[in-house]
Amino acid sequence: MSPLSGELGAYLALILVGFLPNEVWRWLGVVFARGLDEDSEIVVWVRAVATAILAGVIAKLTIFAPGVLATVPTGVRLGAVAAGFVAFVVIRRSVFAGVIAGEIALIGGALLFAG
Amino acid sequence: MSLPAAAPLSPMSAYLAGFRATWTSVFSYVLFGTYIGIGALAHDFGFSVTWAFFSTILVWAGPAQVILISALGAGASHIEVAIAVGLSGVRLLPMVVALMPMIRRPQTRAWDLLLPAHFTAVSMWVEALRLLPKVPRENRIAFCNGLGSGYGVTAISATVVGFYLAAKLPPLMSAGLLFLTPLAFFMSTLRNARMLLDRLALAFGFVLGPLFAYWQVGLDLMWSGIAAGTAAYLVHRLREVLR
Repeated sequence: MSPLSGELGAYLALILVGFLPNEVWRWLGVVFARGLDEDSEIVVWVRAVATAILAGVIAKLTIFAPGVLATVPTGVRLGAVAAGFVAFVVIRRSVFAGVIAGEIALIGGALLFAG
Repeated sequence: MSLPAAAPLSPMSAYLAGFRATWTSVFSYVLFGTYIGIGALAHDFGFSVTWAFFSTILVWAGPAQVILISALGAGASHIEVAIAVGLSGVRLLPMVVALMPMIRRPQTRAWDLLLPAHFTAVSMWVEALRLLPKVPRENRIAFCNGLGSGYGVTAISATVVGFYLAAKLPPLMSAGLLFLTPLAFFMSTLRNARMLLDRLALAFGFVLGPLFAYWQVGLDLMWSGIAAGTAAYLVHRLREVLR
């Protein structure tokens, strides 16, 4: 543990092991993007990778749900995502409609199929 | 038919336009919900509300903050925490690389890009990709800073609210709040995905992400993203070549 006083140590830790290890990726992003054209093939590929990573995050959160979300049955979680998707498609590709429908489905499903 | 280019605004007007754009964005709700959880987490692990406040401003990444708070709070060594936080931040790199060319002009200095790069997080990135095409290039940096600030204000408020609400939320409500993130990310990336490339990247990513995690591949998100993204890109290129 830090030899410094609690408060100061906590803020130092925030900067050294919280801010820096995270922010360095943003700085690298600025560096790597130098001289890259918006329509270059590299940027197109990078966008595909970023999108795929995000999709992975979404799928993992839904399937291997963290924390208290794990108390909701997997089927209910997947069903809620499906319900949100249907609402999204039906209601003019509205993200709000999809989110609200998905939440209602999740809460409703969790109450109905409470383990 | 191309639309007439909008006349460029002053930097302040562009900034405020970005700020206001967050008010009608679903991500404001998602961020609020997520950061209530983060504020509560900080409280439960014994950090001060001021510390939590600064963690949101400085780190500005939900997953990294959750790791930071829970690992540091549980007494993990600083090296371990730094590595875990660092690994969670890898996804920021491709997002920033994809965004910078959209907002940069020949005379833009790297220094001017540091703030929009800092503001880059999933919410801001998805909305920026969606809204920037309609923003004159001169205004894009200010607009992105406005987006980031708008979301930041929401997240900071939620951090403080969550800190004081801490652990008084019924489990079902906490689960509902946690679920906001995958739901909103899913729907908004679907909305953004008009090109085949984006749709394939999403589809492949949905499959490979959990698969690599299940196979316990090290840095699973990074590798599944590279594999899925590259596969989508190759299909896209093949189509272009065969045209």
